[in-house]
Amino acid sequence: MDFSLTPEHEMVVRMVRDFAEKEVAPYVKEYDRAHKPFVRAIERMAELGILGICIPVRYGGQGMDYISLGLACEELERVDTFLRVVMSVHVGLNSLGIFQWGTEEQKRRFLIPQARGERWAAFGLTEPGAGSDVAALAATARREGDVYILNGEKMWISLASMAHNFLVFARTDPKAPPHQGITAFIVEREMRGVTTGDIHGKLGVRAGSTGWIAMNDVEVPAENRLGEEGEGFKIAMSCLDNGRYTIGAGATGLIRACLEASVKYAQERRTFGRPIAEHQLVQQMIARMRRDYEIGRLLYLRAGWLKNQGVRNTWQTSLAKWFATEASFAAASDAVQIHGAYGYSDEYDVERFLRNAKGACIYEGTSQIHELIQAQYVLGYRQDKPLRCELPAYDPEEWQREA
Amino acid sequence: MHIVVCTKQTPDSAAKLTVDAAGNVSWGDSPIVINPWDEYAVEEALLIKERLGGNATVTVISMGPEAALEALKHAIAMGADEAIRIWDPAFEGSDTLATSYVLAKAIQKMGDVDLVLFGKSAIDSQTGQVPVEVAYRLGFSPLTYVIKIAELDPAGKSITVERLLEQGRQVVKAPLPAVVGTIKGINEPRYPSFMGIRKATRAQYPVWSAADIGADPAKVGAAGSGVRWTRIFPPPAREGKAEIIQAETVEETVRILVDKLMAEKVI
Repeated sequence: MDFSLTPEHEMVVRMVRDFAEKEVAPYVKEYDRAHKPFVRAIERMAELGILGICIPVRYGGQGMDYISLGLACEELERVDTFLRVVMSVHVGLNSLGIFQWGTEEQKRRFLIPQARGERWAAFGLTEPGAGSDVAALAATARREGDVYILNGEKMWISLASMAHNFLVFARTDPKAPPHQGITAFIVEREMRGVTTGDIHGKLGVRAGSTGWIAMNDVEVPAENRLGEEGEGFKIAMSCLDNGRYTIGAGATGLIRACLEASVKYAQERRTFGRPIAEHQLVQQMIARMRRDYEIGRLLYLRAGWLKNQGVRNTWQTSLAKWFATEASFAAASDAVQIHGAYGYSDEYDVERFLRNAKGACIYEGTSQIHELIQAQYVLGYRQDKPLRCELPAYDPEEWQREA
Repeated sequence: MHIVVCTKQTPDSAAKLTVDAAGNVSWGDSPIVINPWDEYAVEEALLIKERLGGNATVTVISMGPEAALEALKHAIAMGADEAIRIWDPAFEGSDTLATSYVLAKAIQKMGDVDLVLFGKSAIDSQTGQVPVEVAYRLGFSPLTYVIKIAELDPAGKSITVERLLEQGRQVVKAPLPAVVGTIKGINEPRYPSFMGIRKATRAQYPVWSAADIGADPAKVGAAGSGVRWTRIFPPPAREGKAEIIQAETVEETVRILVDKLMAEKVI
C-alpha cells in the first residue's frame, strides 16, 4: 500500500492551485455578487488543458490519470465551486461518458474538440419533473429514418447556456419498462429546435451558469446516438460514477478552504483577551474540519485509484460524494460560525462557501439517494453488473501516445 | 543560440521564518519551490526561443543539493530544454562570491553560451549580487533590472534592453554574451503545461561536481566565501496599528483624519 502522490501529481496540484489563486480568487467574489458567469476563467481552463486533463493525448487531452482529475477538482473548488462544476459536467459527466461509450468516430468528432476545450460540454438528464427518479424522465426521441426527433425539456443543467455539446437522455421506447426505454444522444447547440436559458435566483454557485435546455422537434442524426437504443439509463449511471467523483474531490477542497479560512481567522480574532483559536469550542469545529478533510481526501483518492485500475467504483464514489458534500456544508456552516458576524457578510469568503456547498448535497444524487445506495450495497440488494463498455483503466503509455 | 537560466530553490513565499537562540534559521515545513523571481527569467528565455522560431537551447542550472531539483523540474515543466544541477558537498556554506564562482565555472564548461538570465534576487537571501558577479567573472555584459529585452541580434552579437531604475527607464545596448537580471513585469510567467509536467518528471538531471566544472576547492563553500556571520537574529516583529475612521459624513471623516494627522505632526 502506498499513500504518496507521485511527483507528477504534486506538480499538477501546484499548477492548478497557482491558476486558481492567481486568476480566479482575486475576482470571483465580484462575479458571485453580480450573479455573472466568470467566462474568462473557463476559457483559461480550456487554454491550460484542464478541461481535457485525464483524456488520452490522441483524443485531444493531456493524458494524465483519474487521480489528477480529482486533485485538480480539489484545488479548483478550494477557490470556488463553479470551477469544479465546470469539470463535473464537461469532463466527468460528458467527456468521460463519450470516452467510455463512444465509437471511435464519435470520439474523433466530439471528444477531441471537448478535450481541447474548443467546445464545451454539458449533461442533460434532469428534467422539471425528473430528478432523483431518473427513470421518470419525459423527454422523447422518435426514430424517423436516419434521424431521431427529440422533444422535451432539461432543467438545472450546468453550462446550459454556454455549452456547445449536450449529452441528452430521452425516451425512445415508451412501452419498455422505465429503465430500459431510455437512450443517450449527443445534441449540438447548432441543431435547429435547441433553445437554452439561464436560471436566476440560485442560492449559490453564482459565478457559474445553470439553466435549461428546451428541445422542440430537434433532428438528431442517428450517428449522434451514444451507445445502443435503450442503453441510456446505464450510460447515465456510469457518467454519474465520474461526475460524482469530481464532486467528492471538489467538496473535499471546499472543506480545505473552510479549514484554511477558519485557522487564519481564529488566530487573528481575539475575544476575552486571547485569540479565539484558544477557545476549546472553536478548536472543536476546526478539529472536525481537519477530520472531514482527511476522510474526504482518502475516499476520493481511493475512488480515483480504482478508476486508474479499471475497477468498478460505484459505491466507493457514491460514498466519497455523499460524505464530502455533507461534510463541506457542515464545515462551511462552522466556518461562518467561527467568523461570527463577519462570516455572515460577504466581506469574507465563508458565506459564499456555505451557499456554494448546499447544491452538491442535492445534485448528482441527493444525500438521501446516496444513503440508500450505501445501504443497498451493504445489504446485498444491489450489485454491479458488467457493462458493455467499461471506463478504460489508466495506461500511461497508451494515454500519452500521440496518435 | 544558447541561453542559460540560473535558478535557485527557495521556500514558498508564504513560509514563516524563525530563528532560534543559536542563530539557526528555519523555514518550517514550507514547500521548496523555484525562486519566484526566477520564473520571470525562465519565461523570458522561453519567449526568446519562441521569437527565434525555436532556434535556441534553454539550459537551466541550479547550484544546490537535492532540493534544488524542484526549481529545475519547474523550469523543465515550463518548457526549458535541459537542466543541470551543480552540487558538491564542498559547496556547502557558499556566499554569493563562491556561488558566482561555481556558476561561472559551470557556464564556462558549456562553452557556447550567448545569454545568461537571472531573477532579480532570491526571495530568501535577497542579495541580488550573483548576476553581476557572474557577469564580472565571465567578462559578459552585466545588464540588471531589465524590464524589457528590446532587441536581440544573435548574428550581430548585440542586445538592447530597457532597465527600470528609480529615476526612470534606461535603454542600454551591449555586446553579447551578456548576463541579464530580469525583474517582475518583464513578462507573465506561464504555468507548467501538463505535457511539461510529464517531461519534467521523466527528465534526467545530471549533477556536475566541483571536479566536473574544474573548480578550485579554495574558492568554493565556506572556504571560498568572504562573508562571515557574526550574529543571526530575527528582526523585531513589526508593530503597527490600523484605525478605521468612520463618521456620519465624508466631511466629518476627513475632519477627524486631518485632526489626527496634525496631532501626529504628519501634516
